[in-house]
Amino acid sequence: MFQLANPRRFYDLAQRLEPWVWAIAAILLSYGLYLGLIVSPPDYQQGETVRIMFVHVPAAWIAMMAYSGMAVASISSLIWRHVVADLFAKASAPVGAGFTFLALVTGSLWGRPMWGTYWVWDARLTSVLILFFLYLGYMALWSAIEDQTKAARAAAVLCLVGAINLPIIKFSVDWWNTLHQPASVARLGGPSIHPAILTPLLVMGIAYMVLYLAMVLQRTRIEILEHRLALALAADASRADRDTSTLSHRSAHSPEGAL
Amino acid sequence: MRRRTQRLWFVVGGLSVLSVAAALVLSAMSDNLVFFYSPTDLIKKAPPVGRMLRIGGLVEAGSVRRSDDGSVAFVVTDTNKTLAVSYHGLLPDLFREGQGVVAQGRLQPDGTFAAAEVLARHDENYMPPEVAKALKDQGMWHPEDGKKPGQQTAPAAMLDRPSGGGQ
Repeated sequence: MFQLANPRRFYDLAQRLEPWVWAIAAILLSYGLYLGLIVSPPDYQQGETVRIMFVHVPAAWIAMMAYSGMAVASISSLIWRHVVADLFAKASAPVGAGFTFLALVTGSLWGRPMWGTYWVWDARLTSVLILFFLYLGYMALWSAIEDQTKAARAAAVLCLVGAINLPIIKFSVDWWNTLHQPASVARLGGPSIHPAILTPLLVMGIAYMVLYLAMVLQRTRIEILEHRLALALAADASRADRDTSTLSHRSAHSPEGAL
Repeated sequence: MRRRTQRLWFVVGGLSVLSVAAALVLSAMSDNLVFFYSPTDLIKKAPPVGRMLRIGGLVEAGSVRRSDDGSVAFVVTDTNKTLAVSYHGLLPDLFREGQGVVAQGRLQPDGTFAAAEVLARHDENYMPPEVAKALKDQGMWHPEDGKKPGQQTAPAAMLDRPSGGGQ
């Protein structure tokens, strides 16, 4: 863990792992989609429409997992000042936003035939929409503050404040009456999904997780590269500044300059 | 090390204060966060007649009556209290007896509910049709009563949510 705090080590490790992680993600995704779209049976109530679940539910899981990862990174950034933690959180945000968007869109497309509406303002749907806006706000904050150190600190605080939303999303269906149904998988008493439908769902869940990992590894690696580049450019610029100022200083006082 | 410990406590303290604040706000607003009222809630809260609101529960088995002019009447139950609902329009595919339903509309002076919009609500159970049939054949499950497979006495999952019990 502390090895990874070193940007150089993280970069090397990510570079080595990336192709493998992408390959595993591709294999798992194809297998999961095959299971979900072809092998698994229709649902007794929802018929074939239940297959939307295989893209919708894992997307919602990753939406929350990506934010949890950012929150943990933000805590370590605020306490231990790890550059990699900042860059990891920064790199995760667009990935998490993408999965949240996917969950919202597929949920809406599922809601229309099943519930009879694309959207309602119940506690579950609204809290996930807030999660999406938190991701956007987080990204906006990073790009709004020019000083990267200050941006990292502000973004970490925003991320942690927003983390309050995570338990609200998870338990919204238990605490309040919602149109959205209660949890089927992660609940007391075990999953309420028949194994024939649960297996493709879990395979898709793992596939999305590996896909998330591949995206975040690559994006974090690129962030490290950009961070290095910015540091090098700043160092260059200050050296150039010093050179020109000493040059002009010299020329102003040199006998040739006076002539 | 001391500065780090200081920052650690600062983060921990900040997060706890924030959680408490969020919990207080949410519990204060919990009435507004409720998406629908169950028939029992309606009797307890007694909202004014004519105000737009949502009610929810299970469609009572055998209560659906369709007329030729496209209007539907059914009874919504939370296995404790019931409410008669009238509706004119298209029903969602998942609208079935024994299944969850949420209706938006107004309470009428005669104590019935005139729905302007009816949404179907499905529960957290998923299974292939053969399995559902087998469960029913074995008499282990009676979806019409709003009971879950293998659960003989507890009321439907959707209705015991607010009290936090159930499973």
